[in-house]
Amino acid sequence: MSMTSPLKGGLEINFQEAERGLSPREALEESNRCLYCYDAPCIQACPTGIDIPGFIKKIASGNFKGSAKTIMTANPVGASCARVCPTEELCEGACVLNHSTKPIMIGNLQRYSTDWAIQNKQALFKAGKKNGKKVAIVGSGPAGLSAARELALLGYSVTIFEAEKNPGGLNTYGIVSFRLPQSISYWEVEQVKSLDVDIKTNTRVGVDVSANQLTADYDAVILAIGMSDVPKLGIEGEDLAEVYDAIDFVKATKTGAITDKFIGKKMAVIGAGNTAIDAATCSVRLGAEQVSIIYRRTQKEMTAYDFEFEFAKQEGVGFHWLTAPSRILSDESGQVTGIECVKMVLSEAGEDGRRRPVQITGSEFVIPVDGVIRAIGQSRYVGLIEQFGIQHDDGVVTLEGDSYRTSNDKIFACGDVIFGKGQGEAMVVSAAQQGKKTAYEIDSILMGEAVDIA
Amino acid sequence: MGGAVWKTLGDPILNVSSRFAAVSFNGQRVAGFNNIELITDRPLEVNLKEIYETKKRFPDHAIIASVMVEPQQEKWHEIIKRIEDVGVDGYELNFGCPHGMAERGMGAASGQVPELVEKQTYWAKEAASKPVIVKLTPNITDITVTAEAAVRGGADAISMINTINSLAGVDIHSWNTIPHVGGKGAHGGYCGPAVKPIALNMVAECARNKMINVPISGIGGISNWQDTVEFLLMGSTGVQICTAAMHHGFRIVEDLIDGLSNYLDEKGISSVMDIVGKSVPRYSDWGNLDLNYKVVARIDNDVCINCNKCHIACEDTSHQCIDMLKDASGSSFLRVREEDCVGCNLCSIVCPVDGAINMIELTNELPPMTWNERQSLLGGISSESVDFVK
Repeated sequence: MSMTSPLKGGLEINFQEAERGLSPREALEESNRCLYCYDAPCIQACPTGIDIPGFIKKIASGNFKGSAKTIMTANPVGASCARVCPTEELCEGACVLNHSTKPIMIGNLQRYSTDWAIQNKQALFKAGKKNGKKVAIVGSGPAGLSAARELALLGYSVTIFEAEKNPGGLNTYGIVSFRLPQSISYWEVEQVKSLDVDIKTNTRVGVDVSANQLTADYDAVILAIGMSDVPKLGIEGEDLAEVYDAIDFVKATKTGAITDKFIGKKMAVIGAGNTAIDAATCSVRLGAEQVSIIYRRTQKEMTAYDFEFEFAKQEGVGFHWLTAPSRILSDESGQVTGIECVKMVLSEAGEDGRRRPVQITGSEFVIPVDGVIRAIGQSRYVGLIEQFGIQHDDGVVTLEGDSYRTSNDKIFACGDVIFGKGQGEAMVVSAAQQGKKTAYEIDSILMGEAVDIA
Repeated sequence: MGGAVWKTLGDPILNVSSRFAAVSFNGQRVAGFNNIELITDRPLEVNLKEIYETKKRFPDHAIIASVMVEPQQEKWHEIIKRIEDVGVDGYELNFGCPHGMAERGMGAASGQVPELVEKQTYWAKEAASKPVIVKLTPNITDITVTAEAAVRGGADAISMINTINSLAGVDIHSWNTIPHVGGKGAHGGYCGPAVKPIALNMVAECARNKMINVPISGIGGISNWQDTVEFLLMGSTGVQICTAAMHHGFRIVEDLIDGLSNYLDEKGISSVMDIVGKSVPRYSDWGNLDLNYKVVARIDNDVCINCNKCHIACEDTSHQCIDMLKDASGSSFLRVREEDCVGCNLCSIVCPVDGAINMIELTNELPPMTWNERQSLLGGISSESVDFVK
């Protein structure tokens, strides 16, 4: 709170949305460039199947409300996805104009329409007529919200249980603000809440309300709890104060005042997934002087999207490939001073099909750093899953055949909680689609029952 | 050598504020242009002084005075005599302006009456020592009728088209017309790229009419050298440009000249006059088209980008002969069932990629046969004999 720090205001600016949206003229020109393909490949490439040529045509015609509704109908978190989807691997990658000129900026146009709806305070949906059935959803991230929206449209009474202070899950807490401002996530939450969906925040299932009570009180329960904190590295020194969990690190930049304690510091980030990139770019924007990503494999095996990698490089993040941390060093006061690493070499593929990194003996070296961020993936809410008594494989909920039903007929699961072990997809847009499909599956089961009774 | 047609001389000098409007198409500005402006904004003596000074500065370029007065012999004599002295190279009689002046018996009002066209041309010619061009209105069923009248009146040339009666649009929020003058609108005259096909047809109809044996100055949506070539091929000996200059400035003329010159060089043609009218013999009546000629669409799958626009256009609004198929590897491709294709061109029109759909000429074992030939063989009445009856 130092009044003498001119950098303070500068840091806040660093966390405002980095990319400017399209101007009305840019959106008009770009929307008119769309060929309006029939049976368009972009639709097929979108996990939620948004009618992309349809929403783009509506921008061209000036029907912005219709455009936003087309998007949000197919994807209840369509405003977030406009910003965080790996579009070059999905819709834009499938655009036929890749074969003639350059692909349509589908993500930016999607943002244009949803921004219009946000700025013009549009309510796009109305809840369906109540059908008397109750569904509990655990978790209000993309999968949970999406399921809730569809169920509410179908007439279900939906209650979401959210452990955090605010709803939105990953979109609210886990994606850096300069990519996805919280206000966007909150708008999507409001769209769902306006359908009479009850979101109980600060309510941790398994602590504040038991798993058994949910299964007893509701006609169906959806587990959309995502993933938990970053696991430990298992090396000396990682309990030091300046060793952070990447998820918590990013979350801190979205929840409280922007700290100035990283100004001029040297930071190391362990791991090379999208969360690692987020932690690294956040560090840069917090004023760190030098930020290094340390990864035991090579750029080729890195799980971060290409555009995230490019973004990190532009932000000045350095990369140490084939490097694994062996020890975090500190001075006598417990302040981190460096990270000792070893060089690696890739050997044959392991069980997961990825080439296994092996240490090169005697290759130890030290990178001087003031802080370390762990970003080596996320652990699972195994305890909670077990409270529900459903089958899982190391915290990845097991599904029945080609469905979102778990080993308990009343309990369904979607989103990151089913991702892993060769199952599911990690993208926000996939979680949204799974949420929708889970809702339809529940509807077909519960309404099927109702028809039988009648 | 180029020149300029001076904004129409005459009176009264009167205008409204808010005069122009344009039609955008898919975000593209000025696809069509609409005006409710009248003729000159300055007194005759000022115009004459300016024409005199301009001609002195550019003696090698033509200046044509556009003129409009009430349809009376003495009025035409009086104004032509006053203009003669300042050194214009010719006159263009404005029989085309569809708004404002027409309501006072001038412009299109007199241009729609063949007798008035003939008489006024005659009166202007009585006083003029320089060539007289008659500018025709398109707001008429058959422009060759007024063109012939101009020729009978002694016109040295005709020019076409003037603007087409139009309303550019309606503001869907205020419900006012576009443009409006204090909440009220009136029809204007339409020009710009959108009117080019209408102008081109009218030029061609006059060019192939044997009674109309005077040079034609082509006007209507000409924006570049390619448009110019089309008008020349269809029988114009020159072209006039206004809307494109209003959109982009006079600098567009440079590319018009340069592009035309490069085109002629590439074709090995030494004089621009050598292309004038070259397409006119190829323009005729529908009754003279070969009913046995056949083209079909063929898709080049190596060029096709699979947008499926051709499929849906053909499927929904044409002859349902483009199939969406999958090859052995599961990749989508499109194919025309040529036996069902009527050669309508719709698919190749909507296709966004050059060369992806080609219209292929089929050899036909049947000899050429036109409607007129067919009718005369059947002993029926041909459209030629209908023309003759008219």
